[in-house]
Amino acid sequence: MSETTYRICPRSGMQFDTKAEKLMRWNAVAGVLALLVGGIMALGVILTRWPSVKLLDAETFYLVLTAHGVDMLLVWIIFFEMAVLYFTSSTLLRCRLATPGWAWVQFWLMAIGAVIGNVAILSGNSSVMFTSYAPMQASHWFYLGIILFAVGALIGCFVFMGTLVVAQRDKTYEGSIPLVTFGALTACIIAIFTLLQGAAILVPTWLWSLGVVKEIDALAYRMMWWGLGHSSQQINVAAHVAVWYLIAGVVLGAKPLSEKVSRMAYFMYILFLQLASAHHLLSDPGMSSEWKVLNTSYFMYFAVMASMIHGFTVPGAIEAAQRKKGFTNGMFEWLRKAPWGNPVFSGMFISLVSFGFIGGITGVVLGTEQLNMLMHNTFYVPGHFHATVVSGTTLAFMSLTYLLIPILFKREIAFPKMAQAQPFVFGGSMAVLTVVMMGAGTLGVSRRHWDMAFSGAPFQYEWPGAAYLMMGMTGFFGVLACIGGAMFLIVTVGSLLIGKKLDDGQISATCTPHPKGSVSDRATAHGDAEHVAVPGTVALAMLLLATFVLYYFVNWKYLSEVWGLS
Amino acid sequence: MAQDDNTAQGDNDIPLMQKILDNHFLLLFLGVTIPAVLYTVWGIVDIMSIPLAK
Repeated sequence: MSETTYRICPRSGMQFDTKAEKLMRWNAVAGVLALLVGGIMALGVILTRWPSVKLLDAETFYLVLTAHGVDMLLVWIIFFEMAVLYFTSSTLLRCRLATPGWAWVQFWLMAIGAVIGNVAILSGNSSVMFTSYAPMQASHWFYLGIILFAVGALIGCFVFMGTLVVAQRDKTYEGSIPLVTFGALTACIIAIFTLLQGAAILVPTWLWSLGVVKEIDALAYRMMWWGLGHSSQQINVAAHVAVWYLIAGVVLGAKPLSEKVSRMAYFMYILFLQLASAHHLLSDPGMSSEWKVLNTSYFMYFAVMASMIHGFTVPGAIEAAQRKKGFTNGMFEWLRKAPWGNPVFSGMFISLVSFGFIGGITGVVLGTEQLNMLMHNTFYVPGHFHATVVSGTTLAFMSLTYLLIPILFKREIAFPKMAQAQPFVFGGSMAVLTVVMMGAGTLGVSRRHWDMAFSGAPFQYEWPGAAYLMMGMTGFFGVLACIGGAMFLIVTVGSLLIGKKLDDGQISATCTPHPKGSVSDRATAHGDAEHVAVPGTVALAMLLLATFVLYYFVNWKYLSEVWGLS
Repeated sequence: MAQDDNTAQGDNDIPLMQKILDNHFLLLFLGVTIPAVLYTVWGIVDIMSIPLAK
């Protein structure tokens, strides 16, 4: 076995185990490739659901929708998360990656699984969409592909846990692990539950597709599958919150308002976040009210509270850091004078605001049993999760990519002007897109149906004009979001191919402490922000609360009008 | 020996909650067990309790 060596990045002071570094690069690149495929599919979806365009026929549409869901929600994000796990453990804790050989098994299993799954979908006999509800049956290759992918990801999680053990044994950190690594640990724990849950349902479903198992109960499938489907998005939440803390620390030197409170918020994620999966079954007969109410309306709120803590403490930390630098005029000078020209910061902040205001509020509404009846299985649902997974996670990961291109890939960012504009184009269009999707869903437009007009159906439904308007806007802003996504791909691929090559830095046989004041030092710093009042953040939090109360009330009012009582 | 005493003293000074948060495998146990019981096992019990149509 070859000895571990570390590359010391001259720009950040970060020390990369050279084996781990390669794995991070391969996982990140594989993720971006999936983003490319999923993005092309997104264009097909959006141009078909745009009523005046209706690009694809029904069969092709469902094929494209399946590929879009699998490539975006699983392949892109989980590949990228593997890179994040290796970075937050090996690099931030300055230790070797545990079992790099197993980490390569992780990579290849996920890569082979992703290819098998995609081939099965594109061959046209697995258009079952991401949810793949039984008794709808896909090719056995489809299930096998996802199982291999999930097993690979599970191995990656254990490599991360092993790396924490290595760091603890070698005493490469003092006290607790850094907050960012703790966030990644939270994501890893949720991922382990998620992937075990996925195996528990996908293995029998695979055997069913092979004819070995006679039948799969539809309700049991849905209950088990959502433990995978929704919890996999909770991995994202924990991971992108960790990225917010990382970027706030690295770009502005921000420290959380209270590190203890932030850790407790992550602890609440570990205990309760996965339970939100139950909100997908709120309209299902068969599950008891006790199961639904306890898992969503009680335990889910602990996780929501944790998100509100993070949503307060990250901008609060930024405000405290900015005020310390002298941006103290008025309530929002700290925000006006933030480094908006730096896509690492702008992408992170847009991700935070979109996730909180759009994804967070609508998530609580969807998780309320009575209100869920208004929008269950409507276009509202993808509107909500695009606000969390795309505006929240994907945009945060894009920001992290801009940070890592010079540090990890050792390249200067190509097309810097395009990189500056990209978070605004992508984040701005996604914000409008998600709102109009949810507007159309509130009016009853179905979640997945190829043709909202139900052309040729014996019974026609007269949609209000607003529904067509919102679907038209969905098309327009969806295309704009695809352009924003393409800009990201041009910048990243361009940087790797034609970006100016930067100095590699020294290779050392041992790790040394993080240089004081360096990027790596700021990324791993402990402690709280010095006590500085954060009135701007309090005002933003009050605005969020007012928006939530108003929106909640509007939906209850709307619900009361659905079925008139006499 | 004196060093061991110091370490023991230091460990005692660490608040219980921090000890829990620093025990990564305990967190893993809790993070898998709680949803497995409250969501999965309870969900299966609910589904198994549905009477069969006659």
